[in-house]
Amino acid sequence: MSPHLHKDVGWRLFIRTVLGRAYPRVFGYAREPVKLLIDVALPLIALFAYVFVYRAIHAPEVFIGYVILGGAMSAYWINVLWGMSSQFFWERQIGNLALYVMAPSSLMAILLGMAIGGIVIATMRAAVIVLLGAWFFHIKFMVRSIPMVGLVFLLTVTALYAMGMMFASLFLLFGREARHFVELSQEPAYLLTGTYFPIKSLNFWVASAASLIPLTLGLDAMRQLVFASGGASGMTMGFLSPKIECASLLVLSVVFLVGAHQSLKHMERLAVAEGKLTETHA
Amino acid sequence: MLETPWRSFKTATWLGWQIESNWTQPLLFALYSIVKPLAVAGILVVLYGLVTGGNFSSPMFAYMYLGNAFYTYVGAVMTGMAYAAAEDRERYQTLRSIYVAPVDIRFYLAGRGVARFVTASVTVAITIAVGIIFFHLPIRFWAVRWPLFLITLATGVVMLAMMGLMLSGFALLLPETSWSVGEGVAGALYLFSGAIFPIDVLPRVLRPIGFAMPITYWLELLRRSLMGSAPGIETFPRLSDLDLLGILVSLTLLLSAAALFIFHSCDNMARERGLIDRTSGH
Repeated sequence: MSPHLHKDVGWRLFIRTVLGRAYPRVFGYAREPVKLLIDVALPLIALFAYVFVYRAIHAPEVFIGYVILGGAMSAYWINVLWGMSSQFFWERQIGNLALYVMAPSSLMAILLGMAIGGIVIATMRAAVIVLLGAWFFHIKFMVRSIPMVGLVFLLTVTALYAMGMMFASLFLLFGREARHFVELSQEPAYLLTGTYFPIKSLNFWVASAASLIPLTLGLDAMRQLVFASGGASGMTMGFLSPKIECASLLVLSVVFLVGAHQSLKHMERLAVAEGKLTETHA
Repeated sequence: MLETPWRSFKTATWLGWQIESNWTQPLLFALYSIVKPLAVAGILVVLYGLVTGGNFSSPMFAYMYLGNAFYTYVGAVMTGMAYAAAEDRERYQTLRSIYVAPVDIRFYLAGRGVARFVTASVTVAITIAVGIIFFHLPIRFWAVRWPLFLITLATGVVMLAMMGLMLSGFALLLPETSWSVGEGVAGALYLFSGAIFPIDVLPRVLRPIGFAMPITYWLELLRRSLMGSAPGIETFPRLSDLDLLGILVSLTLLLSAAALFIFHSCDNMARERGLIDRTSGH
């Protein structure tokens, strides 16, 4: 008599795939405390350099809060770049991508699992940055509306990871330039999104173009809501009103999610038709 | 006796240059090489301009801009060597072959670092040129103390190569984190070395870390050789150029001894634990 095998199908399979892919991301760190230290503590020290630059030029204290918040949110951007956008590229390099496509589950579920695992890790990093930053530099948060901050955060993270899911497929078109492109997307993005300064200080058109990266509007809205009226200095540094930024983030989330679905389907078809799933670029 | 080290160094430099540059067209490679450092400089320019109302003629701006420009070498040489160890083991899986070949691994890694030094030099030159043209950095070509500059730069390359060797040793021992150890440490040193703000701005308890690091003296000497003295923002106003050079050379010698010992120990441990050809799948 053959043993009875329970098989999940449909949405149950989708959920199990999501959890299965998120698992190694979250628990991998628990098994590698040194990795956690290097990935969390060292970038935190680098971030503090910008705080001391502001101190050196006698900037209003609210700018220090801006740096800490920017650094916390940049944890998500780094994760989107290295852990989402380029992930399928690396998976192909080590031979996992073909297994993903052959498996009887959805690629969208695998991407979602990667995203959820990444969000957990990035949130841990962001929390450490905010807590230690606030403690070391005595940052005063004057939160205007907690539900609104929560909403902006949720929309920003959703839009960011949807963007990462979309780019995951596009990265498969890259060869060896993938790593260089990811590296190139860090610091220039910090400049364009106003990670360490209010985006309003850039030219209006540059800031508008940079708004295509969800981090730009998300950070700007959060700064306005968390450091109400520019903090003690009373400076108004918002680019657009938080409500408009929320609406824009919602639009970006939908566009990127649809884009991710479409590009994934396209990539899957192309990969199967052209046999490029196992092609590596050492 | 020196044939093997020289051959290892020369071949690794050529190989490093090929890996760094031949993945794309020369023009695109040049663009990729300069965009990242210019973006970091751009961040500093924007935040400095925002707070000071665009007072770029202040010595503080020149201090910050030049320190940041030269810090590119730290990321390139030191991080590059640690990255080379990780890349050869994980990505190309050639580290085991290099170990069994008649190659001196220390000189091989130094060669990979020097290849990055070449590309970084172009980047640094362009960054400084941008500073002179657009922000009127007070550097007069005829007034630069070239002998001091060149001696300092050369000592710095040795110092960074030794730091890179040390990190490569750690990278051999930490397969899961070998990719990020170099970048993480470079980021952390950015805070303590007085690269973008005078060390006096740091809390009193953290200053000794900066004073113990050769990078601090190296950056100070490079600034002085290019711009002369800048009263008020010098890290070591009471020390002459010769004093600084003496400290830099002494610390570099000390660091070299420590780096050679640490690399030797890490290398032995990595061999004993079978880590030379271990891949983590990250």
